[in-house]
Amino acid sequence: MSGTALDPKTAPTFPMAARSMMGDTQLRKNVRHATDVIQAKRARVVGEMPDWQELREAGKQIRQHTMEHLDFYLEEFERNCTKAGGVVHWARDAAEARQIIVGLVKEAGAQEVIKIKSMTTEEIQLNVALEAEGIHAYETDLAELIIQLGHDQPSHIVVPALHKNRQQIREIFRREMNLPELGESPQDLADAARRFLREKFLRVKTGVSGANFLIAETGGVCVVESEGNGRMCLTLPETLITVAGIDKVVPRFADLEVLLQLLPRSATGERMNPYNSIWTGVDAADGPKVFHVVLMDNARTEILGDAEGRQTLNCIRCGACQNACPVYRQTGGHAYGSVYAGPIGAILTPQLQEMHHAQTLPYASSLCGACYEVCPVKINIPEVLIHLRNKVVKQNGMLNAEALAMRAMGIIFRSERRFRAAQRMGRMAEAPLVRKDGRGQGWIGWLPGLLGGWTQVRDLQSMPEETFRDWWEKREKKEVTRGN
Amino acid sequence: MATSGREEVLGRIRSAMVRGAETGSRVEEAHAAWAGLRRGYQRSARRERGAVIELLVDRLVDYDAQVLHVGRGEVAATVARMLTARGVRRLVVPKGLRAEVLVPGFEFVEDEGLSSAELNDVDGVITESTVAIAETGTIVLQNAPGQGRRAVSLVPDYHLCLVELANVVETVPEAMDRLAATSALATTFISGPSATADIEMTRIKGVHGPRFLDVILVE
Repeated sequence: MSGTALDPKTAPTFPMAARSMMGDTQLRKNVRHATDVIQAKRARVVGEMPDWQELREAGKQIRQHTMEHLDFYLEEFERNCTKAGGVVHWARDAAEARQIIVGLVKEAGAQEVIKIKSMTTEEIQLNVALEAEGIHAYETDLAELIIQLGHDQPSHIVVPALHKNRQQIREIFRREMNLPELGESPQDLADAARRFLREKFLRVKTGVSGANFLIAETGGVCVVESEGNGRMCLTLPETLITVAGIDKVVPRFADLEVLLQLLPRSATGERMNPYNSIWTGVDAADGPKVFHVVLMDNARTEILGDAEGRQTLNCIRCGACQNACPVYRQTGGHAYGSVYAGPIGAILTPQLQEMHHAQTLPYASSLCGACYEVCPVKINIPEVLIHLRNKVVKQNGMLNAEALAMRAMGIIFRSERRFRAAQRMGRMAEAPLVRKDGRGQGWIGWLPGLLGGWTQVRDLQSMPEETFRDWWEKREKKEVTRGN
Repeated sequence: MATSGREEVLGRIRSAMVRGAETGSRVEEAHAAWAGLRRGYQRSARRERGAVIELLVDRLVDYDAQVLHVGRGEVAATVARMLTARGVRRLVVPKGLRAEVLVPGFEFVEDEGLSSAELNDVDGVITESTVAIAETGTIVLQNAPGQGRRAVSLVPDYHLCLVELANVVETVPEAMDRLAATSALATTFISGPSATADIEMTRIKGVHGPRFLDVILVE
């Protein structure tokens, strides 16, 4: 994967990207291992919660309720955050968010910023915009550091470098940190990151973060993390800039009692992640003296306006659906051409693109439902996938090959006579394509046009000589003859 | 004049909404709907007191923290023993920390706005805590006397934390209830030492926060 940012507008279609990823056996091995480990950990800590289903239901209701009153809660958050000394900005889209953040960094007179892992900043490609203005952003999350130093792209929303193994990470650190003697144990690698970043934490005066939750009732912000790099970025700089999608708001402080149980167990399989930070505005005696929050829409209101797609906004970015998905587990995250990969990416990305790009993503699923089962806020991802497939077909006009084929199928299936005729025709049409195997079973190894998608990776059995109906009717006739 | 981002985003949200006709004020409407949300999960303790404490100890040990459960009169001696065992000599302490902790034989620097570099130069930190959650092995610190600002319990490599038994609860909802009154204070939930699983999902202790965490449970 090159250093170019994942951009759904220019990314290849999913089937094309997936095919090249499937050829990378190392990547598939790394992804398989990582997702196996997280799934096992998750299953263990979810299994010990007798009230897990009730927590999921509460999580769903809280998120749904928030979306139904989103304007109210955003205004409440703005009011309370401002009262506590924070400065709230609103951004209609990614470009406006970048412009606001770059402006604030310049205002602080900074040439460098330290960053907490934030998928929202990945979504808007903030680092590129900062670099263009001569501002260097240091990623401080270990996985994001691996991605940044490796000129790579995130492939998972919680563990962005899960597609790299320890040898690959050692090579990146050796080269980029100039540590020729570096060992390859995870401990060696983490120690190297600690030394590399400690100096930055102590020196750099401006921090940039995302947010897990914005608390309307108090104006507070909550960030959930493991390494302590988040606390460093939130606490030591003089200026802190937080960027969050408008979907990140929650009504009350008490709602965290649900979300802080659901998120860590689903995301990393921990009962609680090592650190959660909650801060409210500016405190003269603790942390940054200047605090900005950028509330970003970037097509989220478009999703809100679609009654069936709206549940996508309930997502709390735990990544459990990615770990559980049989498609993601084969292809890894980059094939999705977006920082949001896996099942949630397959519904979120095209909607964030207002269905203009990433139209193949709703098809990147077998609709098996594993994602829905593990989702901590019960987003019915298969339902939304089907809804989006519908949108894609409608949008591309009812004259495209797939829509026409489906309509023809509908006409055929509605009449027994037409259905039988189609079966007869099918047997005739397939005849030139059928090859018999040793046991006399016919196989088709190539189909033309749209149907070729099936035979690209597997053979198709030929149609039987006789259908069940034909056989049954013949049998009845014989019975009748014999009975008489 | 172009509309501001704020007005436009709020406008888009309102036109996207499909709420029924508003009855009463928006505040009342939102509050009533919030109060009606289903909360069938466990909100209070299920275990007996002794079992709750045992669970907390078990979870903390699981995070590789060293935990000692002591009587009120034994705090000073226990602190001295733990600091000696860890080989730390010079510690930063937040203002308002109970005096008995400042045992002879060690150097204590009271935090009066030390710089990040100065915090980086001490061996460790001692703090008290607001509440501890047994079910998740979590200790919650707020910017209050004896607990200090967030950087103090972050930059030094060793953290010794005192937890009053009376402040131990079993579940996350119980802890959030207790924190509600002081929710405006900077708050940090700490569950074991800093850690990462970013490399092949192998848990590694101690990335950027304190690598070593010890806990004294005080009767």
